[in-house]
Amino acid sequence: MNVSPPVWPDRLFDAFKRAGIRQVGYVPDAGHARLIERCRADADIRAVALTTEEEGVALAAGAWLGGERAALLMQSSGVGNCINMLSLMRSCRFPLLTFITMRGEWEEFNPWQVPMGSIVEPVMKLCEAEVLRATTPEEVAPLAERAVQQAFGEERVVAVLLSQQLIGKKVWVK
Amino acid sequence: MTGTLDRRAAMATLMQGRDDDLLVVPGLGSTTWDLAAAGDNDRNFYLWGAMGGAAMIGLGLALAQPKKRVAVITGDGEMLMGMGALATIGLQRPANLAVIVFDNGVYGETGGQPSHTGAGVDLVTVARCCGFSTCLEVADLADLADLAARLQDLNGLLFARVAIGPEEPPRVLPERDGAVLKRRFRAALGLAP
Repeated sequence: MNVSPPVWPDRLFDAFKRAGIRQVGYVPDAGHARLIERCRADADIRAVALTTEEEGVALAAGAWLGGERAALLMQSSGVGNCINMLSLMRSCRFPLLTFITMRGEWEEFNPWQVPMGSIVEPVMKLCEAEVLRATTPEEVAPLAERAVQQAFGEERVVAVLLSQQLIGKKVWVK
Repeated sequence: MTGTLDRRAAMATLMQGRDDDLLVVPGLGSTTWDLAAAGDNDRNFYLWGAMGGAAMIGLGLALAQPKKRVAVITGDGEMLMGMGALATIGLQRPANLAVIVFDNGVYGETGGQPSHTGAGVDLVTVARCCGFSTCLEVADLADLADLAARLQDLNGLLFARVAIGPEEPPRVLPERDGAVLKRRFRAALGLAP
């Protein structure tokens, strides 16, 4: 079976370019692989590989202090690594635009992904983030536009959850 | 490994004759008090929290403002909590960033409990292995004068460990409203508040 690669990562990249995103922090992730590749190949975007997701929160704060817009790409498990650093964003009203690929929901094979994946939404809401969710490819571009406006216009944390249904399940046995 | 340099005097030396192109991010706690004691400045972004985040804030800022010089001046405990940032910064290698650690080997803010550096962890070697091009041990006044001169004319990613003594001088508390600190910092750079 031939499956063509999804186009939604390219739509996200287009949204980054329209929004003037200049720094993109990421921890390597299969769901974000295409978008990371596009960012790394772009001369006007500094793609910053992180050792842990909370570094990307602080990176985005520093970028905004210096007048640049940043984005943070992570997997649902990374949200737990960010919580204390998110208090920096709330205390200072820094914008944070983050896209989170979800694990532990739709047809998850690995039960160890469930504990963090299942609490991403309430945890981010407790951190006073605006939480948006894309389940179909068509939803991605408009949600990204809305997230950009809210994050940088209102100087707040906006998380776009990319459902496991959108990303597709991980193939464990080939 | 405890040093002998006075932390307040060391900060004052580093900030002496400071120009508008130097942007400073101290770590939460003692280095924020040290920086406030050296003289308030809109180009200081004091941290009252976000432990482990100072170096990464410095990286984002240095990448966004390549024509300015950015100094992160933090404590050993704060740096240890975000030690992965040294690896991340080592990959990016901004030429306008200095990460300076005031190392007294203890968590002064919480009562002087020993830190990992006090037990022998060597942050200078860590930084060197992460790709920082210049890595300095600052143990005496001559070393400190050299670091201050390099900070005036920063031309490459720099790490320095400043061996300060264990004393905890009285706190000097700067503005603590984060949104105010952010707005005044951006305004000083000519950015919309």
